[in-house]
Formats: sequence, C-alpha cells, structure tokens
Amino acid sequence: MKIAVCIKRVPDQDVRFKIAAGGKAVDEAGLKFDMSDFDGYAAEVAIQLTEKAGAGEVTVVSVGPDAVQETLRKALSMGAHRAVQLKHDTPVHDGYAIASALAAELKEGAYDLILTGRMAVDTQNRSVGAQLAELLDRPYIGAITKLDVEGGMVKARRELEGAFELVECTLPAVLSIDEGIARARYPSLKGIMAAKKKPMDVRPAQLGAQRYTLESLELPPERTGGRIIGEGPDAVPELVRLLKEEAKIL
Amino acid sequence: MSNSNNTFAFAESCLGNIRRASLEAVTAARQVADQTGGQVHAMIAGAPGIGQHAAKLAAHGADVVIVLEHAGFTHYNPEALAATIAARITSGYGAAFFAASAQGHDLVARSAAKLGVPYASDVTEFSIAGDTATVKHPGYTNKVIQTFSLKATPAIISLRAGAVLPKESAKAGTIETITSVIDPSSVRVKVTATEVSGGAKLDLGEAPVIISGGRGLKEAANFKLVEDLAAAFGNAAVGATRAVTDDGWRPHSDQIGQTGRLVSPDLYVACGISGAIQHLAGMRTAKTIVAINKDREAPIFKVADYGIVGDVLQVLPVLTDAVKKAKSG
Ligand SMILES: Cc1cc2nc3c(=O)[nH]c(=O)nc-3n(C[C@H](O)[C@H](O)[C@H](O)COP(=O)(O)OP(=O)(O)OC[C@H]3O[C@@H](n4cnc5c(N)ncnc54)[C@H](O)[C@@H]3O)c2cc1C
Ligand SMILES: Nc1ncnc2c1ncn2[C@@H]1O[C@H](COP(=O)(O)O)[C@@H](O)[C@H]1O
Repeated sequence: MKIAVCIKRVPDQDVRFKIAAGGKAVDEAGLKFDMSDFDGYAAEVAIQLTEKAGAGEVTVVSVGPDAVQETLRKALSMGAHRAVQLKHDTPVHDGYAIASALAAELKEGAYDLILTGRMAVDTQNRSVGAQLAELLDRPYIGAITKLDVEGGMVKARRELEGAFELVECTLPAVLSIDEGIARARYPSLKGIMAAKKKPMDVRPAQLGAQRYTLESLELPPERTGGRIIGEGPDAVPELVRLLKEEAKIL
Repeated sequence: MSNSNNTFAFAESCLGNIRRASLEAVTAARQVADQTGGQVHAMIAGAPGIGQHAAKLAAHGADVVIVLEHAGFTHYNPEALAATIAARITSGYGAAFFAASAQGHDLVARSAAKLGVPYASDVTEFSIAGDTATVKHPGYTNKVIQTFSLKATPAIISLRAGAVLPKESAKAGTIETITSVIDPSSVRVKVTATEVSGGAKLDLGEAPVIISGGRGLKEAANFKLVEDLAAAFGNAAVGATRAVTDDGWRPHSDQIGQTGRLVSPDLYVACGISGAIQHLAGMRTAKTIVAINKDREAPIFKVADYGIVGDVLQVLPVLTDAVKKAKSG
C-alpha cells in the first residue's frame, strides 16, 4: 500500500505569542517548531499500517520553506520512507492554494491512501483535507477517530454533532485524522540515523493564485481573572450571587 | 451574473432537527442581503419531511427556502450535498454562509473546492464590501486573532457558533423544491451505523454553558455530579479534559482543548481540572470561568473569574441545589 501524509510545520503552541513588527506575522524569535499535532497522528497511522502489512511505502509531503525539511526528516525518523518538500518561501494562508499544490504533487504516484490532519493548530482552518479530496476527486472521510483498512476497504468512525457514524469507502481515498487513533511515536536513535539516508525531493509548490490574504494580527484581550472567592461548599452562596449579579448569567 | 446580489445560506440539521447554527447562517445572510438589496436563499436538506422547518428559516430572513428531500439525506451526506450546493451556488450568489461545525467544516470546504474558490473558515466577525470580504478568525489555538481579506466570488464564509446571534426578520420564505445533482444513495462514502452520543443533548459548540470535568472527579461514575449541574442549568453541555477522555470516562468528542473542541461559552465551569496549557487553549475565550479545585496553586485559578478551593465531590451537589433554586426562584 502506498500512503502519502501531508505534514505542516507549526510553532509549538505552549507559549504566549507575540506579534512581529509590522503586525502581519507572529514573532518567531525563541519559538520551537514541530509537525502539527494531528499530522503527527496521521504519520503514525500511516507508519503503523505499513508495519502491520509488512509492506508498503509512506511518503510525507510538506509545503513550505527549507525549514520544513527538518520536520519532514522527523517523520522519516519515525519510519516514513521518503519525503517531498514543495518549496515556497513565504507564508501561505490560502488553504485552497495549499490544497492545489498538494493535489498537483499527489495526483501522480498511485497513492492508495492520502492522510491529512483534522486541522493545522496554527491556521485552525480544517480545510485542506476536504479540498484536496475534491481536487483529486477521491472519496473523503473527515476527522476520523477510528480506522480499519482491509481488503481495499476503509472503515472509519467520525464524530458529528450529537452522533457518531461508522462509515466506509473503497481505496483510493483521502482521510483526515482526528485524535484517538494513534499518538505520534518518538523517533528512536536508530530511526534518526536511518532517516539521514532517506530520499528528500524538493520541487517548487504550484500554489496558483492566492486570494485569501492575511491583513493583520492582534492578541485577544488578556484575562484578568485569578480571583478565589472562598473554600469548600460554604463558598457556593457567594458564587451564585456573583453569577447572578456580576456575571449576570443565572 | 444577474443575481449576485443574492446571498446563500446553508441550514444545517441533524437527524431531522434544525440546528441553531442554521439560524445564525440565515441571520448573517440577511445582514448581507439587506446591504446589497438582494434576497436570501436558505437551503435545507434531509429525509422527507425536513421541509417542515422552512417557516423558521423564513422567520429569520429567508426570501426563498430551497428544500432538498431524499431518504439518502437522512444521514449527513457531504458528497451529494456539496455537489448540489456547488451547482446551486454557480448560478450566481455574491456570498454564501455555512456553519463552522463538524458537518459544516467538511461541507463548506468541499463546496468551495468544487467551485474552485478559497473560502474563509471559522469566522467570528465579517464585513463585505464590493468584491472583498474582510473576516476575523482566531488561530494559534485561539491565542492570536487574525484578520484576512478574501477576494473571491462568491465570498464563502463558515461562521463560528455564536459569531452571529439569530435574529427574527420575517420574509416570504417561498418554497423551492430541488433534487440532488447526483443520486444521494449511490455516493462513494457510505454510513453503515449511527450511534447517538450519550448524555449531552446540547452540542458543545452551541451551549451557552459548559460544565467540564477533569481527573479530579476521581472516577467515571462521578461525572453524574457534572451532568446533574448541567441539568440544573438546563442550557448546559458537558465537557472533559484529555486525561478523562484518554481513560475512556468520556467520549473523545467531549474533549476540550488544543486537540479537542475549541469553545467560547458564556459560562465555563471547570471541575477538578488542573488548567494545563493545552486545556486552556480550548476554553480561555469563555466569557466567565468558574473553577473548583482542591489545589489553591492549580493553574486554572489564574484564568478563573471565580475560584472555589475545595473538594469538587462536596462542592458540586451543593452548587447544583443552589443553581436549581436560583433557576426556579
Ligand atoms: C500535544 C498535547 C495535546 C493535548 N491536548 C489536550 C486537550 O485538547 N485537552 C486537554 O484537556 N488536555 C490536553 N492535553 C493534556 C494536558 O496537558 C493535561 O494533561 C490534561 O489537560 C490534564 O487533565 P486534568 O486537568 O483532568 O488532570 P490533572 O492535570 O491530573 O488535574 C487534575 C486536577 O484535579 C484536582 N483535584 C484532584 N482531586 C480533587 C478533588 N477531590 N476536588 C477538586 N479537585 C481535585 C487536582 O488538584 C488537579 O489540579 C494535551 C497534551 C499534549 C501533550
Ligand atoms: N503547508 C502544508 N504542507 C503540507 N500539509 C499541509 C499544509 N497545510 C496544511 N496541511 C495539511 O492539511 C491539514 C489541515 O490544515 P488546515 O486546513 O490548515 O487546518 C493539516 O493537518 C495538514 O495535514
């Protein structure tokens, strides 16, 4: 089975972001970067599928500047077989352009399965996976929390408002991976050594026109909060009073 | 395009029930149509009978209600829906609104891709002038508010729950019945089973109040206390931390945080939750936060408007009684 995984390099989210001078980007000084959480799950899912089958190949693909090679290399050290950088040096916010570049790459290569994350944690768009499926005209199941691939069939579970659904389709297909199927493994030393010799192709990203552009960034208002009103059940009447009179929510 | 002053809204439903998100989408479309002098066309799809909700869409500003009924739409069927929506939107709308919900995210992305246009996802504020839509959309786990401009016709926007409040503005709501452009029962992705998820009747994305539990509840059975408080409020949904969903006490769909749901309710009550940064990422934009934790140093108290230091198992039943009294009195 040939599997492609789309991986985005994003800043670690456990920080207080600052806006860079000019107001159009976050200040990257001191930020650590890694693959977006859900993309790590997707890479793990793909690697496990080939391990289980004892055959197959996992290709990881990322659109971005040369720095994405580090992130792709990490996926290779987890066990992916080869990597493709679709090179573009400036930030792209237009998800349709990203999906177009990925589709141009992935329409060739006879991939049985193409995986994306449910969403990139920086864009929070949840758009690329479904758009990619449309551009490739493949069946698509979004935000899945369980997956079985057997005999050319995909069986998956997706969560909608108020309901779970079990759904199936045939390969080839595009899936976006939610939390719950697999956690990204830590690369082993052996994996890190092996990754150095794995192929990394670099091609220009065919983004097409970009019609969704970032105008400005701002930080949300700080929470002032931090008020302890009392201890134990005795504090309940005061809480109820505050919810009624101050927060006006009761 | 002759009628690009018109605005499209997709009215989402779930198992035959119309969702609040639909009224928000129609209200947003009405705002734009009032500005352009065009009409609002709201589309609803489902099993035969779904058209009964047309009056509600008309009451919120739909001049035309496009009804798509077929047994193949009993379950969410994004393949046939996106094809039908795209075919419809091609006939010329200036703007189109969807809900940024689990269903909506899929549907808007696919419909826009079929039309070959980018769209604005999960928007909290918007304005449209000429051929440019300007939108706000939180990113970086809600820690940075981004402003984008979208230059595409139609301007397709998915709205975060609560971004627009449903508003009545009665219009004719003339019914137009349409059929799917592809056979809804022969799509490539088939639903083989549906389970209605337990407990919570209100979706986390829509509930004005969320009562959320963490490992401090000690065991799954104690979530009853959280559910009781939610029931006392009446308009509350139940959430959880990853510690709890990992242990299988609650389904993953209840998880709030960086890798779960991102929510902004009016009131968020954190019960036995430490306030790890990945959890805060999902709920720190709530209007009011209450925390109950036995550890005075727990990070959740740094963001809580009202904190109670104490045993959550003792505090919750007393709070539930007090809320019941306040609601009835
Ligand atoms: C990549 C990544 C993504 C993650 N995504 C998420 C996410 O989306 N959502 C999420 O929630 N977490 C997420 N996490 C996990 C997160 O880091 C925390 O581990 C988790 O939120 C902790 O859950 P908790 O507060 O229930 O448990 P704990 O941190 O164990 O806290 C339990 C709290 O209960 C209190 N307590 C104990 N007994 C009582 C009592 N009797 N009465 C009152 N209080 C009591 C304790 O003082 C403590 O503060 C993620 C982690 C990683 C690494
Ligand atoms: N620059 C990129 N390179 C490769 N894959 C990407 C890129 N941006 C987004 N993706 C994929 O699309 C998914 C959804 O991203 P988004 O639509 O931005 O939330 C991510 O989880 C990735 O799998």
